[in-house]
Amino acid sequence: MSASRRRPHLDVDHLIDDPLTHVIVCCGSGGVGKTTTAAALALRAAERGRKVVVLTIDPARRLAQSMGLAELDNVPRAVSGVGLAAGGGLDAMMLDMKRTFDEVVEAHATPERARQILANPFYQALSSSFAGTQEYMAMEKLGQLRRRDQWDLIVVDTPPSRSALDFLDAPERLGSFLDGRLIRLLGGPARTGGKAYRKFFQAGFNVVTGALTKVLGGDLLRDVQTFVNALDTMFGGFRERAEQTYALLQRPETSFLVVAVPEQDALREASYFVDRLSEEGMPLAGLVLNRLHVEDTTDGISEGQAIAGAERLEALEGHELAASLLRLHAERLAAAAHDLRTADRFTVAHPDVPVAPVQALPTDVHDLDGLREIGRLLAKRHGV
Amino acid sequence: MGDWEGVRLHVVTGKGGTGKTTVASSLAIALAAGGRKVLLVEVEGRQGLAQLFDVAPLEYSEHRIVPAAGGGEVFGLAIDAREAMYEYLAMFYRLGRAGRALDRVGFVDFATTIAPGLRDVLLTGKTYEAVRRRDDQGEYVYDAVVLDAPPTGRVTRFLDVNTSVSSLARMGPIHRQASAITTLVHSPRTAVHVVTVLEEMPVQETVDVVGELHEAQIPVGAVVVNQTRSSYLSDEERAVASAGRLDRPALAESLRAVGMPDTDALVERLCADAASHADRVEMENEARSGLDELDRPVYELPHVPGTIDPTALYELAEMLKEQGAS
Repeated sequence: MSASRRRPHLDVDHLIDDPLTHVIVCCGSGGVGKTTTAAALALRAAERGRKVVVLTIDPARRLAQSMGLAELDNVPRAVSGVGLAAGGGLDAMMLDMKRTFDEVVEAHATPERARQILANPFYQALSSSFAGTQEYMAMEKLGQLRRRDQWDLIVVDTPPSRSALDFLDAPERLGSFLDGRLIRLLGGPARTGGKAYRKFFQAGFNVVTGALTKVLGGDLLRDVQTFVNALDTMFGGFRERAEQTYALLQRPETSFLVVAVPEQDALREASYFVDRLSEEGMPLAGLVLNRLHVEDTTDGISEGQAIAGAERLEALEGHELAASLLRLHAERLAAAAHDLRTADRFTVAHPDVPVAPVQALPTDVHDLDGLREIGRLLAKRHGV
Repeated sequence: MGDWEGVRLHVVTGKGGTGKTTVASSLAIALAAGGRKVLLVEVEGRQGLAQLFDVAPLEYSEHRIVPAAGGGEVFGLAIDAREAMYEYLAMFYRLGRAGRALDRVGFVDFATTIAPGLRDVLLTGKTYEAVRRRDDQGEYVYDAVVLDAPPTGRVTRFLDVNTSVSSLARMGPIHRQASAITTLVHSPRTAVHVVTVLEEMPVQETVDVVGELHEAQIPVGAVVVNQTRSSYLSDEERAVASAGRLDRPALAESLRAVGMPDTDALVERLCADAASHADRVEMENEARSGLDELDRPVYELPHVPGTIDPTALYELAEMLKEQGAS
């Protein structure tokens, strides 16, 4: 057994108990347990006395199941069964991106304009299927929750995007598009600048719209133009809102937790994210390493000894069960060694990133007790 | 004869973390056996194939990545939406100046990242072109195309481009392109394989996506159960282990018989391992029963310890083939 690298420990309880922590963002690639981690942290913080809301995005409604809620819509609802003795509480909500988008439109446009926008086919497609809408609306919802000042801790689960970085980039992308040059152009040349500029622009405009009509077909172009014209009053608003939320993410009251599992792909994504957060000056609390196979090896036997023992037992009569148990033990020692090696590689590259290892559970988590157990493991001081 | 005679487009999806890139790659190797040419396509810009096969990052052009049994060949292609857009503009519209003007005002960004569905049309459109491409003799260039597709949550919308795009672009070339793709995707020449592991959530997502695909009338192929582990104990032994009632003195005696330390600590550790293994197997069996109702061919692939390398892919390909995936 090679000696494990010493890695800084992520003190989860210190993080969630700190009254200055108001936002925790859980990010990472798909399938690493972000939603469960977010829910477990929120529950633990609530039972330790914080007033918490957890915002989940995943359409698989996993959190709904694990929180025992039949319905998670765009409104935070109290989770029952949470221990309130410490004076805290837990609300949970699931992001409805289309409804959130509709709300932004309604808040910024006159009722009539809002109706036009909401009825526009291009808007409808944009608000329900653009891959970045979810990220943008998650940010928007986070901003809204923070402004309501009703909770002292918001835990956010991030969308199941292609890569963890989408969460940071997509809102900016959508914001720039909605406020950008192309959409102004599509809205018609009348909108822009002085006469000379307009003349210059008109020529370019014709080339562009000609090409667009050719590529997209006239209908789509008309829908986009109607959408843009209806959106007139909201120009600037989108980008500004995205920027505000981005700024919120940079404040010290926010902490990012990068979630991963001890597998190469997941840790590679985690590394990208860690680097990106540091570039953007975003506050990284640490890495949550889920589903870690842990075997206590003190005074134990090695994988090789276990296999050798199993082989000798298999050659004898009447020791089949013991042989099987040694094989099983060898497999688990190998898994634990693999996980440790993989985790070590991350630590070599990022020696200063605190890590909270979470031991793999034999079964799935789908109730509050399971979440409590995960919370306990998250906060546990491990020897690994 | 394999299960997928006549299928030209194999789409591989699965919940994140279930190993869909590994399965797509193994499937491509399996399909290429016996001298066939197979194209393996990725669309998510992650260079997952290059990492898996340990080759240089794939480009927007088709390169041979590995050989397969009997003179077969697997080619790789990473489709990039932006490159596909340029190619598309040049091919269908001969857009020179206007094409560049479109890029300057941000149209290419718009089309490849924002415009709902257009990105998917570009990505699936290129795949569609590879599926249908013929050489000078009129023979298909590829015997099969394997697409490492987006995860279960997005795959139906990704494949069913027609619904998202044709409601927007009701006519014109994009509409025609989307319609052609839709015809292929809804035909028996396509099979969507779903990768899962034996855990509750991935199985639930598998059941959900199979339902969605049926609803969208897209043919579902096999369910691939990935990362299975062998069970070392009989049903009875697991029940005893789970209840914590393994015969400890007998275990200690066995350990002594082969000269191993028979300490209480080791015996307890073995019993604890057995108990958690038993719980795990029970959960897996429950998850497996959730897949039975789907009535699709099920292939099982074992957990590969450590990091998956090209050798492991050949082994997995062999197992897929033995189970009928060709």
